[in-house]
Amino acid sequence: MDKKLQEQLLKKSKAAKLERLGRGVSFSALLLITLTVFAIILFVASKGLSTFFSNHVNFWDFLSGKSWNPSVTNSHGQPEVGALPMILGSFIVTILSAIIATPFAIGTAIFMTEISPRRGAAILQPVTELLVGIPSVVYGFIGLTVVVPAVRTVFGGSGFGIFSGTFVLFVMILPTVTSMTVDALKTVPRYYREAALALGATRWQMIYKVVLRAATPGILTAIVFGMARAFGEALAVQMVIGNAALVPTSLFAPASTLTSVLTTGIGNTVMGSMQNNALWSLALVLLVMSLIFNLVIRLIGRKGAMPK
Amino acid sequence: MNPKLSNKIANGALYGIAGFIVLILAALLGYIIITGLPMLNWHFLTTPARAFTAGGGIGIQLFNSFYLLLLTLLISFPIALGAGIYLNEYAPNNWVTNVVRTAIEILSSLPSVVVGLFGFLIFVVQFDFGFSILSGAFALTFFNLPLLTRSIEESLAAISNTQREGGLALGLSKWETVTRIILPAALPSILTGVILSAGRIFGEAAALIFTAGQSAPALDFTDWNPFNISSPLNPMRPAETLAVHIWKINSEGIMPDAKAVSSGASAVLVISVLVFNILARFIGKRLYQKLTSAK
Repeated sequence: MDKKLQEQLLKKSKAAKLERLGRGVSFSALLLITLTVFAIILFVASKGLSTFFSNHVNFWDFLSGKSWNPSVTNSHGQPEVGALPMILGSFIVTILSAIIATPFAIGTAIFMTEISPRRGAAILQPVTELLVGIPSVVYGFIGLTVVVPAVRTVFGGSGFGIFSGTFVLFVMILPTVTSMTVDALKTVPRYYREAALALGATRWQMIYKVVLRAATPGILTAIVFGMARAFGEALAVQMVIGNAALVPTSLFAPASTLTSVLTTGIGNTVMGSMQNNALWSLALVLLVMSLIFNLVIRLIGRKGAMPK
Repeated sequence: MNPKLSNKIANGALYGIAGFIVLILAALLGYIIITGLPMLNWHFLTTPARAFTAGGGIGIQLFNSFYLLLLTLLISFPIALGAGIYLNEYAPNNWVTNVVRTAIEILSSLPSVVVGLFGFLIFVVQFDFGFSILSGAFALTFFNLPLLTRSIEESLAAISNTQREGGLALGLSKWETVTRIILPAALPSILTGVILSAGRIFGEAAALIFTAGQSAPALDFTDWNPFNISSPLNPMRPAETLAVHIWKINSEGIMPDAKAVSSGASAVLVISVLVFNILARFIGKRLYQKLTSAK
């Protein structure tokens, strides 16, 4: 009898067993996600680096070379894999679209939080949400049928190129940057505004000299986030940029980005070949840039955390 | 400059910018709806696409999009739910949790092409799934997991701690508290998050080009055995979705009525995303009213 009682008392209850099981299952789900991230980095890096280790392409030549033609070998007997045109293309469209989008995003965000919160919530909030929701191919398609012909008639040329790509990306990242800027402005404490107004500042002085300054880290994060999105956007850009792997000389000449070359190229090359490996190296550049954007966002966040 | 004047100028400029944004959306939506709506009829929505002649539809692509969406949610929801529960209810505040959170953040900021390429490498090539719905669903799962996990975690975090204390005080284990008390309370906002993520999955194309493939073989809609190759339910067949279809016919340019077809398909995509958005708000609100006494 004692033994039975002892067993009953020492045995884990059903609830405790369930607790352990649930905890274990939910932890393994989390572990799966984390492992996936490491696997992505590991696999893309190993494929991307094989251009340099097994095909012996000089790393510096890859970054600074101006001609991209992986199936042709140059005078040194090395394949022509200069990624500079794509890297430049990606950076130019990203930076230009961020420069254009920033004033609009900040203006809209100020309007939504400071000028007319009621109209902001009723009209602009759903507008930005809808703009975020429109799929990127639809942006690309509209760019192809509206922006490209418009650029062609106004500026001449084919219409494909960095300018069209920038315009499409500008509209694509605008809602993202706007809604994150709104969040940043909302974290500025109310008493900052009250203090500024009590000192006799006009509304614009209050916004410009107090609210915007206090929200600067948050706004910077929003812009970098938008840039990360623009840098990684593939199809919409690929449809309007013209896909010519040349160092961009004009805003209206066809160019290419890392993502556009990847989407058009991967399907036409054989796994494991030199041409394929070179494309994986481009993917690695994309991955590294996305990690850098992430790091920048973290650094800004750490430096400029708003005191609660 | 006189502060009052600059205040007025700034005010005017801000009104102008806000108006401009609304104008952009109106122009975008107007263009899509006006050019796309005339295309939408039963024939267009149900017939298969034609590669070389005009008059094709988007039937198979539309079905593929929904089937892929369903599979992706079936795979990613349990994982995201588990991860969200652990992060919000169990995770201790230490470096491991920190690493995990960083990893999720990185995954959410990865370009979708890179995620697609990883899916291509692992599922299409390594596991030999080929270009298939299943490969596409796994790739979209990676794409969807970080955001869904975060939204579930936020939904759980929004539930007041008194509910947890109540559960524990009644002698429930932590797991029982979570599954019997916290999850039902968070259900409306979890569901809203899931539906919103469905809109994102529905429109995603870059991650699918090299995983679900760019071809839509003919389907036999009378054959519902998932193991037959022409069955719509077979997860191992290549499946071009609506978003991929728009990209493909515009970048290849052999379909004579590519523009009209993509207008129609764009309208379908945008209207679906709109419906997802409205549904998310509506269902979340209704469910909340039903489950609680709030009016």
